[in-house]
Amino acid sequence: MDLDAETPGSPEAPVVDQQGRWKHLYNVLSKPGPYTDEDWAPGSETIQSLESSKILGAGGLGCEILKNLALSGFKDIHVIDMDTIDISNLNRQFLFRQADIGKPKAEVAAAFVQKRVKGVTITPFVGKIQDKDEDYYMQFKIIICGLDSIEARRWINATLISMVDMEDPESLKPLVDGGTEGTSYHPAPLKGRSNLRTGFKGQARVILPTLSSCIECQLDMHAPRPAVPLCTIATIPRQPQHCIEWAHQIAWQEKRKDDPFDSDDMEHISWVYNAAYERAQQFHIHGVTFQMTQGVVKNIIPAIASTNAVIAASTTSEVLKIASSCNPYLDNYMMYAGEEGVYTYTFEAEKKPDCPVCGNLARKMNVDPNMTLGEFIESLGERAESQLKKPSMRTEEKTLYQRFPPQLEESTRPNLKLKLAELLEDGQEIAVSDPAYTIDFRFRLNFN
Amino acid sequence: MTDAFPATLTGPTSKERKYDRQLRLWAATGQQALEDSRVLLVNSDGPLGQHSTGVSGVAGVETLKNLVLPGIGGFTIVDPATVTESDLGVNFFLEEESLGKSRAEETCRLLRELNPDVQGYHYSKRIEDLTVDPDFLPRHKLIIISGPIRRSTLAPLCWQAKQLGIPVLYLHSVGFLSTFSVQLPAEFPIVETHPDPESTQDLRLLNPWPELVAAASKLEALDTLDDHQHGHVPYILLLLHFLEQWKQTHDGSAPKNYKEKTEFREFVRGQARTSNPEGGEENFDEAVSAVLKTISPFELRSSIRDIFNMEECQQLTSASQDFWIIASAIKTFHASHGVLPLPGSLPDMKAQSADYVALQNIYKTKARQDVEEVTATVRQLESQIGRESPAILDKEIEVFCKNAAHIKVVRGRGIPQISIDSDASTLKKIRGELNSEDSLISIFIATQILDSVVDEIQSSGLENERSIDDSALWHSHTERILALLTGVDGVAVDTAAREQVGRAIKELRRAQGGELHNVSSLTGGLVAQEALKVLTRQYGPLDNTSVFDGARSRTEMYRL
Repeated sequence: MDLDAETPGSPEAPVVDQQGRWKHLYNVLSKPGPYTDEDWAPGSETIQSLESSKILGAGGLGCEILKNLALSGFKDIHVIDMDTIDISNLNRQFLFRQADIGKPKAEVAAAFVQKRVKGVTITPFVGKIQDKDEDYYMQFKIIICGLDSIEARRWINATLISMVDMEDPESLKPLVDGGTEGTSYHPAPLKGRSNLRTGFKGQARVILPTLSSCIECQLDMHAPRPAVPLCTIATIPRQPQHCIEWAHQIAWQEKRKDDPFDSDDMEHISWVYNAAYERAQQFHIHGVTFQMTQGVVKNIIPAIASTNAVIAASTTSEVLKIASSCNPYLDNYMMYAGEEGVYTYTFEAEKKPDCPVCGNLARKMNVDPNMTLGEFIESLGERAESQLKKPSMRTEEKTLYQRFPPQLEESTRPNLKLKLAELLEDGQEIAVSDPAYTIDFRFRLNFN
Repeated sequence: MTDAFPATLTGPTSKERKYDRQLRLWAATGQQALEDSRVLLVNSDGPLGQHSTGVSGVAGVETLKNLVLPGIGGFTIVDPATVTESDLGVNFFLEEESLGKSRAEETCRLLRELNPDVQGYHYSKRIEDLTVDPDFLPRHKLIIISGPIRRSTLAPLCWQAKQLGIPVLYLHSVGFLSTFSVQLPAEFPIVETHPDPESTQDLRLLNPWPELVAAASKLEALDTLDDHQHGHVPYILLLLHFLEQWKQTHDGSAPKNYKEKTEFREFVRGQARTSNPEGGEENFDEAVSAVLKTISPFELRSSIRDIFNMEECQQLTSASQDFWIIASAIKTFHASHGVLPLPGSLPDMKAQSADYVALQNIYKTKARQDVEEVTATVRQLESQIGRESPAILDKEIEVFCKNAAHIKVVRGRGIPQISIDSDASTLKKIRGELNSEDSLISIFIATQILDSVVDEIQSSGLENERSIDDSALWHSHTERILALLTGVDGVAVDTAAREQVGRAIKELRRAQGGELHNVSSLTGGLVAQEALKVLTRQYGPLDNTSVFDGARSRTEMYRL
């Protein structure tokens, strides 16, 4: 895109009175506050170091984060986002208009903020954070994430931790993370009711790889929603959501197997809605609506501009503090809930010695020895402390189950039917890998 | 909450698609309330002297951004300032070309771009020049005021708003600190408080109605059921069945205390079949884990009892709001039945489809009967009080009945201040908070001192000679405010408390009254959140003051 298109003949940016323009920010950076460190050097040194810090922003809180970083004095900002703009983004992602629907978010947002805030350069990358390697992440001073998936968070967390070289302080990249999917402090939506999850909650956290509690240490604070058992969906539906799951998971497979389901295709959603509606009528279940169908199929979480603003700004405020040392940064977790007045809780989450990513001990896991390996593997997807969807695993001596390559899958498949007690000793350690992550997870299995 | 959406085959309209993520929070009724609302932002009150053009008003504009996006009907920006260089470094809704132009007009123009459905109006005037028109304020459903603003502007504005029943939000965002307070009307009832779904379950296991008793009594032959049937009896029926058995050996009474409940729980656990391949039954597991939560007699929450006892509920007049008429009818219902109308919802549980639906119908039917009874009382009351406005909608009564156990009435309070006219209870509360070591109340006190300093500069007519960073001014106002707080109980503010206030002032003065974008953006999010709750009359609004400490990443709420 050509950002200078509208000012032909003036390749240089107009001269800006920096002192005047950034007066408020410079004031704060030029005078110590009651909580600044005694060694802090106020003034030009701090300002220069802030302005030369290269920052990376990733994910769905991107509009707010880019705006905030650009107005916090950062001049070199990069942004990664794989998504394209959807009509349902317009109620909160304020850099996008009706005419932008279908375009990549990263490019539209970067161009908008770069045009509005003079002197800032924003470099977009349309893609996944997993597309980039350590060399790429090494160039930034701070990484800030507003990702909407736990998987992506765990990936960047593990990557940044593996980059730390104790000999090189520059290799330690603070990770500031914000999310608005709600936390387990106010858990328990009714079984199968995705639309009851609230859009007034979120959290901000600061992670110093290897030094502080990391995303993986805190994984069980963000437990996944329990899935509805397949037999309920297949044979004894009771809720409208069960009928929608049936239409989505079972009827589609039966009737339209060759047609990959696309949750953004209105015709597909309509088909699922109609199938679910018919099934609900058969069972005299009320309440299947188009809106609910979309909610269940796309696992929609309510979202509003104000919650995004609160969470995004609390993360960028921490980035400003880390980059300038003008105030102490968050140590290390702030949760926010806005349903009843303004409630926040700031605390220090613990670094866990048995964290599979930043600890050096295997994590303890209690299991039923009579469970088969197949059932155990299934349960790893839902257990709060693992949340692994496609695990493969081995002990020090042997491979228990391996998904790839196919020959190995075939040779280890018979193990799936064996009980854990037949494969393992009580208290034995296993290493689990999953295609979504680059690292192994170590668990010590204690028999109940 | 999904009822409001038609189950059409054509799918949602483009408006429903645009607002999908928020309709799931406040439904079509909440959205309609937003679209019927125009919000007034009083974003500055003129210059603060030669060295300062006054409040930058970023938090106010960020608040509006968060209201324009979800589609309020319209907004009005009142701001006499012109755009300066420093505005461009902190306000996203201004651009290079805005320099030197009206800030009200420029921010209005760029905010309007966010949502073509929203109307925007702007006035480059001081608010007192507009309120001479008595029709000006009543066009708005909410007033947001960016502080600091001179007392002679704030006080009459809050007073007029109170007379008109328009809620007010008064905010400060300075450096790393921000505070805001809300002034709600004297009575502000909320029906749709959206409590945690877990807490709304009312299953009536200890006082079942005849149809529910009849459904449970069909389980007499529980032992003769085959394993499949036995493992699919809804846990609610299991509990009712075993309660009857328990009563027979306990003088006809249900488990009363924790000890008896745990005994009952073990009794239920012992009835599960374990000889099956699974080694247990899921429905019995559900029953066991529900015992402590559900085996309790119905008790009216004290907050609801308080509402029943409020004068508005006891003394209906022809001018009574719908809320009080329905509340009064529900009070009558409670007086004759000892319970509130049944909400009628049933949690999901292990069961055969038909059995679950049958049980659900028993709850739904009872809930419908209760609504009918309340509706009849409402109609009676309407004619008794000679109400002239149109009859209360059936739908409104139904929603009220569903939420009856969680309704709320907020008693609005004025914008809190520390001044000689302050409410003694407000000063006392602030004084008390100041004694606790980690309290953020010192930040509220510091913004009050800032208000006084600015008020003196603006009203002395010496704008060009005195600066907002004048240490002598700060010192004298700090002493004056601390003296007011001492006046509460005659005990001088101690050194520790003085140091707390001193630290808050130091952080505040660091910014010389200026805003940091992050803090204003966060504050704009919090203020908008409250505006949405107040305008939709859903969820629980702030009562009445919130403080954010961006230096230490914390917030606190105070009722001042």
